[in-house]
Amino acid sequence: MSLSETDRRTLAAVAAILIPADSALGMPSAGDPAILADIERSIGRDGAAVAEILTGLGGANEATILDRMAEPDTAARLFGRLVLGAYYRDDRVLAALGHEARAPFPKGYVLDQGDWSLLDPVKQRPIFWRKDA
Amino acid sequence: MTTQHDKVDVLIVGSGASGAAAAWSLAETRMRILCLEQGDWMKSDQFPSNGRDWEARRHGDFDILPNRRARAADYPVNDDNSLMKVANFNAVGGGTVMYTAHWPRLHPSDFKVKSLDNVADDWPIDYWTLEKFYEENDRMMGVSGLAGDPGVPPRHPPMPPIPLGKTGSLYGRAMNDLGWHWWPSDTTVATTEYEGRAACINLGHCTPGCAQGAKASTDITYWPLAIRAGVELRPNSRVREIATGPDGMATGAIYYDADGREHFQPAEVVILACNGVGTPRLLLNSVSDKFPNGLANSSGLVGKNLMMHPWPVISGYVQQPLDGGRGPITSIWSKQFYETDPARDFVRGYMLQFNRGTGPASQAILSVGAGQLPWGRDHHKTYRELLDHRVAIGVACDDLPEEHNQVTLDPVLKDSNGIPAPKIDYTISENTRRMMEHGIARAEEILNAAGATRIHCSRTVLNYPGHLLGTARMGTDPARSVVNEWGRSHDVKNLFIVDGSVFVTGGGVNPTSTIQATALYIADQMKQRLANLFD
Repeated sequence: MSLSETDRRTLAAVAAILIPADSALGMPSAGDPAILADIERSIGRDGAAVAEILTGLGGANEATILDRMAEPDTAARLFGRLVLGAYYRDDRVLAALGHEARAPFPKGYVLDQGDWSLLDPVKQRPIFWRKDA
Repeated sequence: MTTQHDKVDVLIVGSGASGAAAAWSLAETRMRILCLEQGDWMKSDQFPSNGRDWEARRHGDFDILPNRRARAADYPVNDDNSLMKVANFNAVGGGTVMYTAHWPRLHPSDFKVKSLDNVADDWPIDYWTLEKFYEENDRMMGVSGLAGDPGVPPRHPPMPPIPLGKTGSLYGRAMNDLGWHWWPSDTTVATTEYEGRAACINLGHCTPGCAQGAKASTDITYWPLAIRAGVELRPNSRVREIATGPDGMATGAIYYDADGREHFQPAEVVILACNGVGTPRLLLNSVSDKFPNGLANSSGLVGKNLMMHPWPVISGYVQQPLDGGRGPITSIWSKQFYETDPARDFVRGYMLQFNRGTGPASQAILSVGAGQLPWGRDHHKTYRELLDHRVAIGVACDDLPEEHNQVTLDPVLKDSNGIPAPKIDYTISENTRRMMEHGIARAEEILNAAGATRIHCSRTVLNYPGHLLGTARMGTDPARSVVNEWGRSHDVKNLFIVDGSVFVTGGGVNPTSTIQATALYIADQMKQRLANLFD
């Protein structure tokens, strides 16, 4: 799905309100051009939700946008998920959060073994599953 | 024009958890065995964790919900009248491609709920009948875990458990403080190299396919062995109906290939392995003069007694950073509240499943959904407090059978081949509601003991994970069951069902281990009775 110029401007305005830039933290706005392009590329199955949100928020102010996104309906949920999905895979965002900007595969991650001694008291418990006869 | 194929001895419909196990088991008979699968083979380089969009694809072409996913192999489901949504996957390997790999078994008491608690019905078989098939299946799928759990009957996982990590250790400390049972979960995630599978490298995104191949799915466990033993698997073949002859016996299946061409596959024996929605859908679509209400449905119970496991999830956030999305989501389980306690206001019980975290985008999405992460100016400050600090516990509620919870055929909705789609009607019983509230309260206690704040639970978003059970139940009484105690239809003596449809009760655990153990048991029964299978 590709957006009209009007919808594209509305999307940029809405995204920038939902996730504004924070230069001190090194976080771009969700209205950043690269992130907006990713959002638009990712609309896919959410075309109806995006259309519903953008149609209702053309020219809206910050309070109206935040009120609309606080509504517990499907369009707000799907639109929000779309914005967050694109934002939190942006290289700059991940770097600012201390995360590697890469796919999980093939490098993977390290998971600590943790503290297996915590299981010792559980091992001392008597069997307690219920017998069937 | 319908393409006619050569007759096979055994036709299996569905290549997922149960169909694969049955095919592998029956292969040693040297019968000609064919499996029809509506989906295609998956390739591990297509799984989401290969790409930067790995989290988003969980809500796209790898969503657990077929209506959202809408791949070519998927069929639509009308689940408007159900709080629980259908979860499945249609490909070689079926739902084992798209599952979290949590691997508990039913308990012995789950097979005897009538005798022990005077509710629902007993199974016609017991835990001990299935025990050797559970063990065999654990070896075939490759299970990681730790023997010695006092909360479950003995079992022998062939691989060591997934590390506790920071998250599992946090949960363990909290459970010890409360004096409640916990244990590292059994999973089908390989923690060492196992039968050609590579060990887990903590991609952290197990459910929608494992790019590493560490998670067991039947396309990489049972199927290579079954095919090597001579079983034929024909993908992209969607079965419309099971055909029957004048004698009331199944004669084969009518199916469509990927180009929509119609085929007829004759068979001596037909085995259905299409899950608790797909199997009743197929039976109800197999109408004839002799079977006007659908095949194998003289009891009227085909599609009835659907059980889906209501599964509220309680989340919170702790002070210290945890594992986040690094590592399988499965961590530990608790059977503290699994068995019936007369002091409670409900019968039966639930398992607690303790989850690890998720990736950065999923954490944001879940936190916004829980009302904990605001949009606007405070977004960044709050997100930094939440990222990698999230904990979540699922309450896997025993789901007793009720006939009004059912699968029927939608009068309007059809799949891409014009086959009527299933319609789901499902409500949560009062007993389960009370069980859910008890579990939610205990989970909140655990999260408080772990030092969590911002605790949240939705009573309406319960589609974690929408298991599909009970819609062609097993029993000795043809008036009260669809198949007998070894999986054969009471009405059609060369028709068998091996999937979760045959469950009499659902228990309070992920069912795949029991689905496969039951399929292996039924296949074993068939092998023992080959000389008089239809008597």
